[in-house]
Amino acid sequence: MISRGMTAATRPTGLATEEPVGRSTGWWGVMLFITTEGTLFAALLGSYFYLRFQHGAPWPPDGIRQPELLLPLIMTGVLVPSSLPVLWAEAGIRQGRRWQLRAGLFGTLVMGGTFLGLQGVEYSEILREYTFTTNVYGSLFYAITTFHGSHVAVGLLMVCWLLVASLHGGFGAHRYERVRIVAYYWHFVDAVWVAILFTVYLSPRL
Amino acid sequence: MPSSTAERGAGPGAEVIERLTSEWAETPTLRGWFTTVDHKRIGRRYLVTAAVFFGFAGVSALAMRTQLAGPEAEILSPGEYNQLFSMHGTAMIFLFSTPMLFGFGNFLVPLMVGARDMAFPRLNAFGYWVFLFAGLFMWSSVPAGAAPNGGWFAYVPLTDERHTPGLHLDVYTLGLLFLGISTTAGAINFIVTSLKLRAPGMSLNRVPVFVWAIVATSFMVIFALPVLNLDNALLFLDRRFDTRFFDPGRGGNVLLWQHLFWIFGHPDVYIIVMPALGIVSAVLPVFCRRGIVGYPLIVFSVVAIAIISFGVWVHHMFATGLPQLSYGFFSAASTIITIPSGLQIFAWLATMLLGRVVVRVPFLFVVGFIVTFVIGGFTGVMFALTAFDQQTTDSYFVVAHFHYVLFGGAVFPILAAIYYWLPKMSGRMYSERLGRWAFWLIFVGMNLTFFPMHVSGLLGMPRRVYTYPGGLGWDPWNLLATVGAYVLALGLLLVAVGVVHALRRGEAAPDDPWGGDSLEWATSSPPKPYNFAVLPRVHSLHPVWDPRTAESIGPGATEDRILTDGRQTLFTSELDGRYERAVEMPEETLKPLVAAGGLLVVFVGLLFAWYWVAAAGAALVAGTLAGWLWPPRRTPDEAGVPA
Amino acid sequence: MASTDAVVRSRRFFARSAGGGLLLLLSGCAGGGPSTLDPAGFGARRVEGFWWLLFWISVAVFVEVMALLVWALVFRRRPDRRVNRSEPIRFVVVAGAGLPIVVLLTVYGIGLRDLAALSRPEAPPATTVEVTGHKWWWEVRYAGVDGATANEIHIPVGEPVLIRLRTVDVLHSFWVPQLMPKTDLIAGKVRETWLHAERPGEYRGQCAEYCGLQHAHMAFLVVARPRAEFDAWLARLGAPARTPDSDAERRGQQAFLQSACVACHTVRGTAATGTVGPDLSTVGDRWSLGAGAVSNDGGHLGGWIANSQTVKPGNAMPPQQVDAAALPDLIAYLQSLR
Ligand code: HEA
Ligand code: HEA
Ligand code: HEC
Ligand code: CUA
Ligand SMILES: [Cu+2]
Repeated sequence: MISRGMTAATRPTGLATEEPVGRSTGWWGVMLFITTEGTLFAALLGSYFYLRFQHGAPWPPDGIRQPELLLPLIMTGVLVPSSLPVLWAEAGIRQGRRWQLRAGLFGTLVMGGTFLGLQGVEYSEILREYTFTTNVYGSLFYAITTFHGSHVAVGLLMVCWLLVASLHGGFGAHRYERVRIVAYYWHFVDAVWVAILFTVYLSPRL
Repeated sequence: MPSSTAERGAGPGAEVIERLTSEWAETPTLRGWFTTVDHKRIGRRYLVTAAVFFGFAGVSALAMRTQLAGPEAEILSPGEYNQLFSMHGTAMIFLFSTPMLFGFGNFLVPLMVGARDMAFPRLNAFGYWVFLFAGLFMWSSVPAGAAPNGGWFAYVPLTDERHTPGLHLDVYTLGLLFLGISTTAGAINFIVTSLKLRAPGMSLNRVPVFVWAIVATSFMVIFALPVLNLDNALLFLDRRFDTRFFDPGRGGNVLLWQHLFWIFGHPDVYIIVMPALGIVSAVLPVFCRRGIVGYPLIVFSVVAIAIISFGVWVHHMFATGLPQLSYGFFSAASTIITIPSGLQIFAWLATMLLGRVVVRVPFLFVVGFIVTFVIGGFTGVMFALTAFDQQTTDSYFVVAHFHYVLFGGAVFPILAAIYYWLPKMSGRMYSERLGRWAFWLIFVGMNLTFFPMHVSGLLGMPRRVYTYPGGLGWDPWNLLATVGAYVLALGLLLVAVGVVHALRRGEAAPDDPWGGDSLEWATSSPPKPYNFAVLPRVHSLHPVWDPRTAESIGPGATEDRILTDGRQTLFTSELDGRYERAVEMPEETLKPLVAAGGLLVVFVGLLFAWYWVAAAGAALVAGTLAGWLWPPRRTPDEAGVPA
Repeated sequence: MASTDAVVRSRRFFARSAGGGLLLLLSGCAGGGPSTLDPAGFGARRVEGFWWLLFWISVAVFVEVMALLVWALVFRRRPDRRVNRSEPIRFVVVAGAGLPIVVLLTVYGIGLRDLAALSRPEAPPATTVEVTGHKWWWEVRYAGVDGATANEIHIPVGEPVLIRLRTVDVLHSFWVPQLMPKTDLIAGKVRETWLHAERPGEYRGQCAEYCGLQHAHMAFLVVARPRAEFDAWLARLGAPARTPDSDAERRGQQAFLQSACVACHTVRGTAATGTVGPDLSTVGDRWSLGAGAVSNDGGHLGGWIANSQTVKPGNAMPPQQVDAAALPDLIAYLQSLR
């Protein structure tokens, strides 16, 4: 099968298949996937506000302190900029510079990993105060953050996968669609974090 | 006016056909059966599997009806009845309607837009296997006596761990999450296929209504399904890990469940009916020997319904005591949504009035659809008016409404579609006589079953009761409904018989038995693995009625639409269908099946709380996907790297 | 309010003019059942009028659609012209959008008006009933009266009565088809509705939100009586339970007080103060046992006590070990509680 794929890919039309003539099916596919995922997060954060306003003051309830801001802000400082190395990597491979692709992806890997590490630290502190069974606020806090965390984890897996693939030399100026797709997904995961920062950490103070 | 490829002038030469055949051939081995990515085979599998699930759910209904035939019956225990009606509803909605219609979409969309397969053939196969496994996952709970028993919308707190211990509701939440993966994958595939793989020249204003309907449906899935998934995930967490989302004692809120469910649930009922309306728009004009009236209006209605349907969900919560103001708003939205439906009904009537009607079995079912759907629609409008709804909600009047719209609005078109496209799918004609018998039994049986439910509802009979006392005026109506159900079952059995008979003894079908107007009739019955030897060029809304199309795949065939090196099809531009480029299609592979199997392991693991098994399954899925999407090894200049 | 009366009257006209088959068919077959088409209360009557309006409109539009359909099917010898020449868009828009808009605006307006009318009683209610839903029976108390009954709500006729609804477990729905549309009981909330019976009588109500195994047996009875009779009844409800006056009843009371019953049931003025199950102080003259499961007579009572699980599978009352000898006395005692 591989060999057939090979021959197919080496035919003249095959070579052309990822030339940017119009949007590719892959592009549309990932955009729709992101849309439906985005709707999921929107519904989740919507539920947060619904439950909060149905619950009424005080929020957080049961004498739980307002969420600390320092750590989340540091996490934001790590995660949001982690989109830059991806952009840089993509720009590189469009020029066929594989080293740039690898370097960029590696950078993202480090930053995303740090983010998850910090989230672990945050949990270890907060779990001492309340858990996901304490009350609805606890359930919301852990559900939202873990759900996003798991998306970051999946994103990182995809980045690792790209990194390995790029070491095997699958990508180049004509062949970077997979890079593009993973990049879109990573930007999405970043953007969602900003919404979560606002909802979970900032909005209770409003 | 049957016609065959021969009459359509000289097609491409024999050597071209040979090349295509070898490129698109699939290994005929058993392995080949598991590895296929051909949208036609996958589509047929969707149809058969969904039909079997329909049989299960229908037989459950027969059992329910038997129990309800008379007062104080003891054929079913309360526990059995509650599981049966919950599974009946859940399966009819999730495991029959949508997959059945997605099955037709799978088979027809690539043919109708003049492509050689779906945009993502392997994802398509994956979607089918997930649907199959999710369906088995849920149905296997019935013999085990652990089937969902909270009704198809599983309101909390009845469905929380305290009030319903055991696996029942875990089967429900996990099963629907599992199935959701398939539906989402299918929706994305439909949209992308219709956007990028349309035949050159098929600008948006030439896209068949059925394809429009499938695309609109898919967009509804994209936006509605995640909300249901969230709802089920939260319930699963509440049941398994004691989170508090729906626990009023700890600040949770039970109405959150209802809001999330119906934000999905209402769009979902249109997700079910929309492709069915698309089928009507495809079948009806052909038997009126005339193009459909008001194509732009119909497309507009489809889009309008898709959008408005997200703004009416509260009409399922009219008795929960939300603010009067919101009731006013959602009541208005629910009445407005009838207008696009009305437009379509009258567009179809106009088509019939201006055309020359030819009555064949598919058309009979379309007529049955119009009669019953209009009745169901009217009762729907009545519910839209809050005051009336508060009196009739959760009574058998509601059961009557939604069977008129579901059976009338979805099942009749599905049956029409079975008879209409069977020749194309199987290359065999069905028996007209058998078909007419089936229609009349079904039409009479359907009305006999569900019309009396309007009455018993108005007479104060609540739904979801496993028995009822005699002498309240309900008895005769329930007996009638039960009799009707058996008549209906007989009719449906005749459909099954008719299909089998056609496959066994049916006479060979011509390529275009009806004189249809959309592209699936421009190829052989059944179509070859590559669908079209020459990808047609489209010049109008009714390509097959347009000589230029025949010309484009006959004498006027050009190399850039024949594409014989490798499995190839065309990309065209999203809006006006401009020719963009030829693209490579993937070969058959086992990976979709393996990935779906991995997911099955995940969900079984979660169900029985074997979390390590679930983790292993997840690893299997991840590994398979990694291999699936792995980029082929390339030399630097192929990839485009300065060596 | 004259105008609304006009509306109501016009609805009655519709209803009467329905004279033909359907009215007889529907309300005729009600046979004293809980029919929404045989209203005896303010709320239900309004909706009934509304229903007949909607019904006749639907008939009209349905006939129109069917006429077009039949026309198309009967006169079908038109030329076979595939590609559209004439496009009767105007017809489609007028019939498919214009017509519905007119119809819908009308009924929507009337609907809002009825909704407002249902939302609050026309006069402030003098009596308040506290109804609590349990899986699967209704606990009934009266504001300012200590003492309770089950699955039976007595109200004074001819005046609005406030019903305050709570649930101790899952969602239920309070529905008396002949008196008032539904009000869901929401866990963690207190809901309110009101009843206004126009004529004395007994009106069957039933839980209308699926609430599990015995949702089918969660019925109740609304008994509307003239003020005086109602007050007398309420007074009796507040007073201690009737004391036994025959030996059999006395032995029965002994048996009752010595068995597990007291853990779950209350009989006012005795040591029985349980609250898990219905208050039995007046069980003798209730319309049913087990919220409509069976009629309330000696045989059923004995059966219920011995093993209510065969009568109403899954209900919260476990089978009771009462020795056969004591059972008749126990029954006699319970039946004496009126
Ligand atoms: C295929 C599925 C389907 C379809 C198409 C519809 C169509 C409609 N439905 Fe229905 N509905 C369900 C499936 C569907 N429904 C289900 C499954 C439930 C129950 C869920 C549960 O509780 O289990 C439900 C319940 C339901 C309720 C809640 C009832 C309750 O639980 O209390 C309401 C309330 O507004 C409602 C309204 C409508 C309306 C206004 C339409 C409209 O779209 C109808 C529009 C069509 C027409 C009106 C006919 C054609 C129009 C003309 C001929 C023009 C002339 C018309 C007029 C002048 C009015 N539906
Ligand atoms: C598409 C949706 C759909 C369809 C087609 C049906 C079809 C039927 N439904 Fe169902 N129904 C629902 C969706 C549907 N239903 C939903 C959503 C609910 C609500 C559940 C809830 O409250 O939670 C419901 C509830 C419901 C109730 C109310 C239960 C209650 O409230 O207590 C009843 C009662 O009579 C009923 C009856 C029937 C009957 C007799 C049929 C008949 O039409 C069935 C006919 C089919 C058969 C008899 C199968 C036999 C066929 C063959 C043997 C040949 C074909 C087989 C193959 C090709 C393999 N249904
Ligand atoms: C564990 C609790 C429990 C015990 C012990 C118990 N009951 Fe009950 N009983 C109930 C509940 C709960 C109901 C309501 C069941 C229903 O209708 O769903 C009930 C209902 C009844 C009813 C019907 C009341 C009505 O109005 O429908 C009677 C009579 C009754 N019990 C008598 C008895 C007697 C006599 C005993 C002892 C021999 C007894 N019960 C012991 C819980 C109990
Ligand atoms: Cu209580 Cu149904
Ligand atoms: Cu709806």
